[in-house]
Amino acid sequence: MQLARVIGTVVATQKHPKFEGAKLLLVQPTTVDDQPRGVPLLAVDSVGAGVSEKVLIVIEGRAAGEALGRKGAPVDAAVIGIVDHVDVTE
Amino acid sequence: MQLAKVIGDVVMTRKDENLTGVKLLVLQPLAADGSNIGRTLVAVDAVGAGVGETVFFVRGKEASFPFYPTEVPADAGIVGIVDHWDLG
Repeated sequence: MQLARVIGTVVATQKHPKFEGAKLLLVQPTTVDDQPRGVPLLAVDSVGAGVSEKVLIVIEGRAAGEALGRKGAPVDAAVIGIVDHVDVTE
Repeated sequence: MQLAKVIGDVVMTRKDENLTGVKLLVLQPLAADGSNIGRTLVAVDAVGAGVGETVFFVRGKEASFPFYPTEVPADAGIVGIVDHWDLG
């Protein structure tokens, strides 16, 4: 799993049927100290996250399909939680 | 998934038989501001996309799921055509 920040929403009318009713979010993966890391990606939302929230995402097909609750969905990323806070102790 | 612009198509006559009838498109991945980012790639099309459209695509074996039970040998696939996206 990775930490990410929700930076936008995506609207698509013509899409694979398994996406019907799913919310698509544009998320920017971040480091633990909230710095952008890598390219933004699209994730399906299964927890009701919104723009500017810090979230936990999975970037793996089977896990994302399970988060969406649909077998055989052509997805590779999903938001699985909204992060309250992260404590790192070194 | 990632945003991308469809910038071309690929035509092959001699190919894996499970690619028969499958449209292959050349994608340029896009950053959140719509600018080009990263390397272009070829993806199978599951939604009827065409050159010039903005789409989103999935990476990995999930790219072949829309063609089930045909096991299409693909590692990237277009699964939606983007109407618009909004940055918060």
